[in-house]
Amino acid sequence: MSTCTSLSDNGATLDEQDRKLVLATQAGLPLVSAPWGALGEQLGMNPEDVLSRFQRMQQTGVIRRVAAVPDHYKLGYRFNGMTVWDVRDDAISDMGQRVGELPFVSHCYRRPRHLPYWNYNLFAMVHGTSRDEVEAKAGQIRKLLGDTSAGDTILYSSAILKKTGLRLRREKATS
Amino acid sequence: MSAVTERPETDTPGTFTGLERAVINRLQCGLPLVRYPYAAVAEELGISEADLLHTLRDLLERKVLTRFGPMFHAGEMGGGLTLAAMRIPEPDFARVTGQVNQLDEVAHNYRREHDLNMWFVLATETPEDIDRVIADIEAVTGYPVYNMPKEEEFHVHLYFPV
Repeated sequence: MSTCTSLSDNGATLDEQDRKLVLATQAGLPLVSAPWGALGEQLGMNPEDVLSRFQRMQQTGVIRRVAAVPDHYKLGYRFNGMTVWDVRDDAISDMGQRVGELPFVSHCYRRPRHLPYWNYNLFAMVHGTSRDEVEAKAGQIRKLLGDTSAGDTILYSSAILKKTGLRLRREKATS
Repeated sequence: MSAVTERPETDTPGTFTGLERAVINRLQCGLPLVRYPYAAVAEELGISEADLLHTLRDLLERKVLTRFGPMFHAGEMGGGLTLAAMRIPEPDFARVTGQVNQLDEVAHNYRREHDLNMWFVLATETPEDIDRVIADIEAVTGYPVYNMPKEEEFHVHLYFPV
């Protein structure tokens, strides 16, 4: 189902021109035929340089991709369930990998426990058009994890309190 | 400060034209980084570049798409990134929401149905800033923050086909 992939773990650094491009496109890429040219004009850079910087930032993983971010509610995916699992430490790397490969899992991370309040160390985000659909998908994860997971729960979101995306702070970028 | 957006319980998801569906699905998966990227995608979809750009603008205006552009990976930019959770009693929820949301470092914040009922992503200029921001939030709100940075990333692919 999903064909989107991403890179990471390269430790890339951004120079001043890269940072200018990041700042100029945080709100979005220009919606014109030649977006690199439009950015170049705005920032006093040539279009080829702009494009090659974007290519490099994507290669190094600074940019996952240049893409549309939907409001998943408006697409009918009203139920966003953060499924969390208490997976045995010796099994988590392997099982996390396998859970992450399930096509309906959008994010999958290992995170620290906070005992005694929070004993879940594997987070897998699952979206669905109904609660039943999310539960069914969680059921598939449960089956895959088998006895490596000692417990799980699903945290549904009931409100978006803020959603601005990641931002660089401007003052440091222009220093 | 951001307004609290309740989940649209009664909102029926929009029905989309074939063209809109094609654009929504294709553009979630990344623009090719070529000189005329929109023309390249339009050709792939068998439509004109003008139709693609028009549809994209319209979807953004209707907020079906919240954004179109580079998706940055904060960790790769040398900054700090973490997921944090708080347990806030109902009478204080609105106050704490306001206090947390007003920080630039808070990228998204979701209310979730759990004892830990507030979950937000912090993105900071440097990794060291995470601890400072968390200490600030604890001081201002009076509640503990549970820091849950990723220890291993297994997969990230957001894709919602319509």
